[in-house]
Amino acid sequence: MEIYLDNSATTRVFPEVAELMRKIMCEDYGNPSSLHMKGVQAEQYLRSAKETFGRILKVNEKEIFFTSGGTESDNMALIGCARAGARRGRHLITTQIEHPAILNTMRYLESEGFRVTYLPVDAWGRISLEDLRQAMTQETILVSIMHTNNEIGSIQPIGEAAGLVKRMNPHTLFHVDAVQGFGKAKIYPKRMGIDLLSASGHKIHGPKGIGLLYIGSQVKIQPIIHGGGQQMNLRSGTDNVPGAAGFAKAAELLYAHYEDDIKRLYQCKRYFCDGARKLEGVKINGLLPGEPDGAGTAPHIVSVSVEGVRSEVLLHALEEEGIYVSAGSACAARKPQPSATLKAIGIEKPMLESTIRFSFSVYTTQEELDYTLRAMYDKIPMLRRYTRKR
Amino acid sequence: MFTAFLIKYAEIGIKGKNRYLFEDMLVHQMKLALKKCEGQFLIHKSQGRIFVEARGEFDFEEAVEGLKKVFGISGICPVVYEEDQGFEKLCERVVAYVDQVYPDKHKTFKVHSRRARKDYPKESMEINADLGEAILNAYPEMRVDVHEPEILLNVEIREKIYIYSEIIPGPGGMPVGTGGKAMLLLSGGIDSPVAGYMIAKRGVKLDAVYFHAPPYTSERARQKVVDLARTVAEYAGPIWLHIINFTDIQLYIHEKCPHEELTIIMRRYMMRIAEHIAKDTDCLGLITGESIGQVASQTMQSLAATNEVCSLPVYRPLIGFDKQEIVEVANRIGTFETSILPYEDCCTIFVAKHPVTKPNLNVIRRHEHNLDEGIEELVRTALETKELIVAGA
Repeated sequence: MEIYLDNSATTRVFPEVAELMRKIMCEDYGNPSSLHMKGVQAEQYLRSAKETFGRILKVNEKEIFFTSGGTESDNMALIGCARAGARRGRHLITTQIEHPAILNTMRYLESEGFRVTYLPVDAWGRISLEDLRQAMTQETILVSIMHTNNEIGSIQPIGEAAGLVKRMNPHTLFHVDAVQGFGKAKIYPKRMGIDLLSASGHKIHGPKGIGLLYIGSQVKIQPIIHGGGQQMNLRSGTDNVPGAAGFAKAAELLYAHYEDDIKRLYQCKRYFCDGARKLEGVKINGLLPGEPDGAGTAPHIVSVSVEGVRSEVLLHALEEEGIYVSAGSACAARKPQPSATLKAIGIEKPMLESTIRFSFSVYTTQEELDYTLRAMYDKIPMLRRYTRKR
Repeated sequence: MFTAFLIKYAEIGIKGKNRYLFEDMLVHQMKLALKKCEGQFLIHKSQGRIFVEARGEFDFEEAVEGLKKVFGISGICPVVYEEDQGFEKLCERVVAYVDQVYPDKHKTFKVHSRRARKDYPKESMEINADLGEAILNAYPEMRVDVHEPEILLNVEIREKIYIYSEIIPGPGGMPVGTGGKAMLLLSGGIDSPVAGYMIAKRGVKLDAVYFHAPPYTSERARQKVVDLARTVAEYAGPIWLHIINFTDIQLYIHEKCPHEELTIIMRRYMMRIAEHIAKDTDCLGLITGESIGQVASQTMQSLAATNEVCSLPVYRPLIGFDKQEIVEVANRIGTFETSILPYEDCCTIFVAKHPVTKPNLNVIRRHEHNLDEGIEELVRTALETKELIVAGA
């Protein structure tokens, strides 16, 4: 039995997406920049992909730009806007629990002479609007706040934060890293005051190597990749037609039964949390007080700290049963230092090294969760017996 | 411009009647190394030296990198060689050589010629003087220094004429295959690959054994060990890597023995198992990366306790090395980057906070009796379920 509960790392591609991409790669493989029919055909796929995202986000299709993924979208938004706005000011704001694609890009910008404020979060992984208000200055050119946290699933008050920023300084740009949130929440940039938004294909059953950046038409931004002038000269490079079309197809399929899926994911989350709580010495991170069902947090992410068992060991023990989960987040699992997000929400040291993440998708079934819970009931007491004796 | 290499070997030269065995093995190892490089090469022994001649196009850098990994080679001299077309032509060729190899002419030099073909019209002293003159005429800024020249320009006159002046250092040591075979205990750390490298450098072929403890160690930790074996195999030739599932033995010891002795007892079982495989595969010794005092299990007392369980000699080439010295070698041979990848390995997870540093053999033996009931069965199973990977084939 193979049970894949690491959907925040990446997801299985929908078969319809794979089929469409196969067709584009093997039959309609033209370059949209070519003048002949084969190129025009390919351009149709690209145009229709942009239309799909325009519809889903309720923005103009000309405001959709395809990139190589979430990381490039974040880099482009931050670096491109910082450089374009450097004359108005050199201050940026973000949070302490962003993905490394944001945090490390911010550190890079610091080395370029920008000043960055990192907002703290409360025990549930949310920023306070008051902190944001106090951090804002006349110099602030960009605020970047993630929609859904990849490790604990906390959701930021994006609409309120964007509104606050715009009220205090209408020139300050507002970027949202929605790599984990896109497909799991309805996000409408124009209505919410979002100027830029990053999303990624492979987190929503699309292919890897494709992402998008929504750039509102009012935004002043410089390209960070130079070349043949594709995508209005903002993001050069031969268009990834199969990627873009596959990404759009996945988004379309996902938003087609959005309401039902989200309801089911929350049921899964509640069911799984209830089951995990039956074990002693287990803590679920990031749930809001009085909301044991997970309301107000991501429907697909459950972060669990298991006292007395190191996360890597539990991960491999579950792996032996065919269950795939993640220690912290996949991007952090390659590094031994404890996760910044878990530290920021105030988790104590021994629990920091004992935290694993389960993340669900539309493919996740209750049967799979039962199997996983049973494996945890079996393995955790056994593993606790063999940990370091004190 | 270079079309051949002259290979210098240090220690083999002082061998007696069996010297040809060492030379033949060296040629064999060089052939294997050059097989992986672009181009065709002819290797031949003549008059106490080994020549590598390239047949047509070849990748110079790649060939040098390949030869730098062949134990037994102490120096690699890139050579220009051509047919004898008279002394005047030779002068021109030597001047052109100097120009190409040394763009900066402010250097001292000496010509050292050897006349293997005694019917050549000039004697070697004469050749030295005339070639030196030709160079000085062409580049007046150069100076002759016969005692400590910056450039020692060698000109050898045989059936063809060979010109060389640069020596690229080789790894030294003895050709692999001239010294028998030994079993390396390979963990994922920095030390054991270096230990394997050092013994292989003395001409020894390697087998290796790795103790895997899933789920306490991950698939990636295992892959890391395979990668390390592959890197060492670039020097030592293909390595048979035996992978032992050690989890049940480890848990059993954990259950039955005092916690602070866990590491020592565990290591004793690793040595026993390694020796068992070693004897089955015709290895003449075991190799570990231990160095005195580095950790609790590597004090003199601990080493004595682990040593006691085997009858084969245990080679510990790093025994007197500091960590920094080991890291330097690891960096040089290219294992360091892999070694420091942060995956749990079986030694780190179960380690006691305060393990014994001066184990008493009698106490250890007594506590090992706690295992009598089940350990033999577990060891047998571990040996039966052993996996074999050939690294660097």
